[in-house]
Amino acid sequence: MSLELQNISMSVDGNMHIYNTNLTLKKGTMNVLLGRTSSGKTTLMRIMAGLDVPTSGKILWEGKDVTGMKVQDRKIAMVYQQFINYPAMTVYENIAAPLRLMKKSEDFIDKAVRKTAGLMRMTDMLHKKPLELSGGQQQRCALARSLVKGSGLVLLDEPLANLDYKLREELRAEIPKLFEESGAIFVYATTEPEEALLLGGNVATLWEGKITQFGKTADVYHNPNNATTAKVFSNPAMNFLNIEKKDGFIYFHNSNKIPATDIFLKLEDGKYLAGFRPNHLELKARSDSAFHFDTNLSVTEITGSETFLHLSYDNENWIGLVHGVHDLEYGSNLSVYLDLRHIFIFKKDGDLLQTASYVTNR
Amino acid sequence: MARITLSKLAHSYVKDPKSDKDYALRELNHEWEDGAAYALLGPSGCGKSTLLNIISGIVTPSHGRILFDDIDVTFEDTTDRNIAQVFQFPVVYDTMTVQQNLEFPLKNRGKDAKYIAQRVASIARSIQVEDILHKKARGLSADQKQKISLGRGMVREDVNAILFDEPLTVIDPHMKWELRTQLKALHKELKHTMIFVTHDQTEALTFADKVVVMNVGEVVQIGTPQELFEKPAHTFVGYFIGSPGMNILDVEISGNQAKLFDANVELTQSYSGLKGKLELGIRPEFMTLCEEGQGIKIEITRIEDVAHHKIVRARYDNKDINIIVQEDVVITKTMNNMTFDMSRVNIYENSWLVEGEKI
Repeated sequence: MSLELQNISMSVDGNMHIYNTNLTLKKGTMNVLLGRTSSGKTTLMRIMAGLDVPTSGKILWEGKDVTGMKVQDRKIAMVYQQFINYPAMTVYENIAAPLRLMKKSEDFIDKAVRKTAGLMRMTDMLHKKPLELSGGQQQRCALARSLVKGSGLVLLDEPLANLDYKLREELRAEIPKLFEESGAIFVYATTEPEEALLLGGNVATLWEGKITQFGKTADVYHNPNNATTAKVFSNPAMNFLNIEKKDGFIYFHNSNKIPATDIFLKLEDGKYLAGFRPNHLELKARSDSAFHFDTNLSVTEITGSETFLHLSYDNENWIGLVHGVHDLEYGSNLSVYLDLRHIFIFKKDGDLLQTASYVTNR
Repeated sequence: MARITLSKLAHSYVKDPKSDKDYALRELNHEWEDGAAYALLGPSGCGKSTLLNIISGIVTPSHGRILFDDIDVTFEDTTDRNIAQVFQFPVVYDTMTVQQNLEFPLKNRGKDAKYIAQRVASIARSIQVEDILHKKARGLSADQKQKISLGRGMVREDVNAILFDEPLTVIDPHMKWELRTQLKALHKELKHTMIFVTHDQTEALTFADKVVVMNVGEVVQIGTPQELFEKPAHTFVGYFIGSPGMNILDVEISGNQAKLFDANVELTQSYSGLKGKLELGIRPEFMTLCEEGQGIKIEITRIEDVAHHKIVRARYDNKDINIIVQEDVVITKTMNNMTFDMSRVNIYENSWLVEGEKI
């Protein structure tokens, strides 16, 4: 079983919402669509669901062309930001509702409801009304309803967006476990990189209507193949520095230079973009070959165990994340260091040229 | 700017409150320092919005008094309290330009044109909307509209306090960073008394000098981010702050000897006279995975690779344990024991922190 998007594109009133897209999703997989607001996540899901017909391209379901087929005719469930339950019905009846619509037998319904409730760990709540449940349990009830009819495709559009932070943390850890057994194809849209990482499975990063990368979630995070993916899939975003290789040196900001050894050896002379993650900026140099930057500190944010440093350097705003609590003067100069093994090198057009060596040795 | 004092403040939505259960907000005495940034943090229904609404004057408390500096404002309405508010969803006038929106609170108070122009220019620079000042608000994105709401909340210098009710909920993660830093920088510059309500611990901890943690109508701890992280006063704070939260494990204690699971460990403090339910709290950050035989044996159920660290989900008997491992640590099959930094252990009696004696 698979869902295949072949050369799908979507434009509305002459504006491109989705550029030419090819994507194959396989049975029993969790697929996260990660991107900022208006990057095309919901549009793509609506096309998958058959709620919208793409401007061009085909959708294949188990090899069969289903482009333009009405959503009611396909086994699809879609769950939105606002989970909806029927408040007057018990949890049992809430979960059973789609099956009653399908006019299934009592016996069939009872078996299906109990099985799904077991999967969602709701067996002892079946007699309760949704409002007697906690927020997380209410969401599980709505999720159970999306699973009970044996949908081959379950589309979840930011399903945890309106929940309390702590509750989200709990459900994020639970959702992959709950769904592993169902065997359906899951598509899960989110704006949050941490959420994508916790859900695991595969991820497609979206930027302005284009999928910039698709692959195993951890691989895409650690090995972004372009600067846009790196930016979308990091929170706080990856930091960048313009560099130039010339005459055996790496030049950066105001003609500072370091010898072009180590990771820079194989580069041809020219201009590049160096990318590095916030947690790799350090307050002490780990080795002699580390970059040293004299930055300006605009603000610090202390989380209790770590400190975020908001820095400006070379017309760029950077964020650093360091261990411990550092109470530093705003507006002061701050020296920060960056080990060479933490640097990704991108071509000027954004394509990855060389991955950071810490990733390769991971 | 003002110091805000809550004196024996409590609120019940029922007429004749009898037990703690009847109170949306249980009795509270607290002084909000002039010019400090506070966060009110807790899950839905914990009473944080009730408290904010009492401070803003939307709700009149059923018990106690509220003072701005030394003036009793308990029965004054919102306008008379001279406070600014920013809400969860942007409140802007669509037909006005960004500039007109920012000017509005000042014009309303009859400030002179020169002052208004200078103030609006300064705020526009801080929130980085100078290039859209002459655009109508109607066409702006939700992010930009919320920026304007924040700007409007900050534009008046003479307010007693600025109250924020979950203002970043609808904002994309990358934009949250930007808005939060701008808020912080503005606070540093203008020294308004600020109170920021949120359910998001990152927002609370990064924004505030002091965080007020609430649970079921009760303030459980007021402290700096570091205090909340290192010394949670209640197991709820330990659980609620941190991702994942503190591990809370059943323990038996005699003096400085603790029996944890089937292992005996030595505490750094000695305890006497403990009677209630005893628990040991240890944060995932202060635990280490180690080789067989070097600690307490656990069963690892799942390893989550979360950006700059890994979360190891483990079990002992039927108890879930979370351990945070740094990204450069390679976890091998034989690393199925855990140890922890004893100096980071907290002991709880009936869910409240107890301090022992130094040995």
